[in-house]
Amino acid sequence: MNWNWLNRNTDQILSWFGSHLWLAAVPTVLGLVLALPLGAIAFRYRWSYTVLITLAGLLYTIPSLALFVVLPGILGTKILNPLNVVIALTLYTLALLVRVVADALDSVPPLVRQSAVAMGYRPLRSLVTVQLPLAIPVIGAGLRVAAVSNVSLVSVAVLLGIPQLGQLFIIGFQLNFFTPIIAGIVLCLLVAAVFDGLILLAVRLSTPWARAVHAG
Amino acid sequence: MTGAWDWLTTGANWSGTAGVLNRLLEHLGYVLLSLGIALVIALPIGAVIGHTGRATGLVSGLANALRALPSLGLLIMLTLWGLNTLPGSIALLGPTIAVLVILAVPPILSNTYAGIAAVDPAARDAARGMGMTGGQVLTKVELPVALPLIISGIRSAFLQVVATATIAAVVSLGGLGRYVIDGLAQQDYSMMVAGALLVAVLAILGDRLLALFAHFAVSPGITGRRVRGRATTADLVVRVDPAAAAGAVMWRTADTAARGGG
Repeated sequence: MNWNWLNRNTDQILSWFGSHLWLAAVPTVLGLVLALPLGAIAFRYRWSYTVLITLAGLLYTIPSLALFVVLPGILGTKILNPLNVVIALTLYTLALLVRVVADALDSVPPLVRQSAVAMGYRPLRSLVTVQLPLAIPVIGAGLRVAAVSNVSLVSVAVLLGIPQLGQLFIIGFQLNFFTPIIAGIVLCLLVAAVFDGLILLAVRLSTPWARAVHAG
Repeated sequence: MTGAWDWLTTGANWSGTAGVLNRLLEHLGYVLLSLGIALVIALPIGAVIGHTGRATGLVSGLANALRALPSLGLLIMLTLWGLNTLPGSIALLGPTIAVLVILAVPPILSNTYAGIAAVDPAARDAARGMGMTGGQVLTKVELPVALPLIISGIRSAFLQVVATATIAAVVSLGGLGRYVIDGLAQQDYSMMVAGALLVAVLAILGDRLLALFAHFAVSPGITGRRVRGRATTADLVVRVDPAAAAGAVMWRTADTAARGGG
């Protein structure tokens, strides 16, 4: 490792670190927000489950670089626009989470659902206040996967000239110089670890009953 | 988009070293070679881990950590190392295949062991009661029952590898990624989009083929094709232990279309 090089370029690397963080975080959050209602619809109506899951599977099949390249043509955006990356990764996150949300809701024991009905809960209220909270651990596990893959996928966008930590890989390749590449990989892993930790923490805080059971 | 269509319908773009047919064969070559190596590594290890129930925590932790590793960074680092140390043509190809194998192993490995670990203990006990040896239980009961999950692991691995083989063009290898990378360098947007579309079609077609293979290879008693509704062994995994099975579920995202159509 050439620490001098890292020292000299700290500001630049930090700015790439920042944009990497945003480019990975925004799609993860957007994808989750969109996946919750869509997943709930897929869970409620069997016909929409088939349609949504088939669409999601098809979308997930498209390689990221291909989607980054094709999206500008569809959206009319410039190829250098970071929006393409945000939209592509949001679609991937959504595709992954729709199924997770639907299956997580489905895995809530029927007895719990029936209890809510017996207590006079309307379907929507039962969904939001009973089933969704119980589905949090599974949704959280899916979100961790989506967030971590997003961090890795963002770096591919550097091939289209959108600057973030992936830039370090290109620089290293052009200069035949390992330091930036290793720094890039370590920082990517760091971003992924931060996301992972945050999601774990959020799941833990939002499901206090899980801890209560273990304590008892 | 119309530019890409024109590009694809121009006969000259399909022949020669830089033609679509040759690039497609190169791409498929990388994919099949690395998938083959990954299968040889992941299937036996996954089977043993699932059968004995040992080291599962270690493997799933490793698989998750690998997912966070940026494939582009790994590719460039190994290629640079290869260019500086390995001789001749293997200097470029070797590192790329290594990266593709590294990406393909975790989904196959974790789905194999998750599938085998999720086999109904009663079925396992029945097999033992019939006098089967450990090896027979594994090959005649556990592997066939785990097959749907194993195949969806292979499908996930296939998608990963097809996508990453596209990036291999960055380190001046062939394959369909060449059109995207060269198109970018030459500001030829039509060629870029055409290349991207070809990769997407290859990924979707290959995935459908594997799904079709699963449809015929998996015993009807396991897929629940005779049973109405969508309960399969795979769902059983989710019900039994949602948190632990979630990892395996993520690898199966591509499996969705098969279930929707099945």
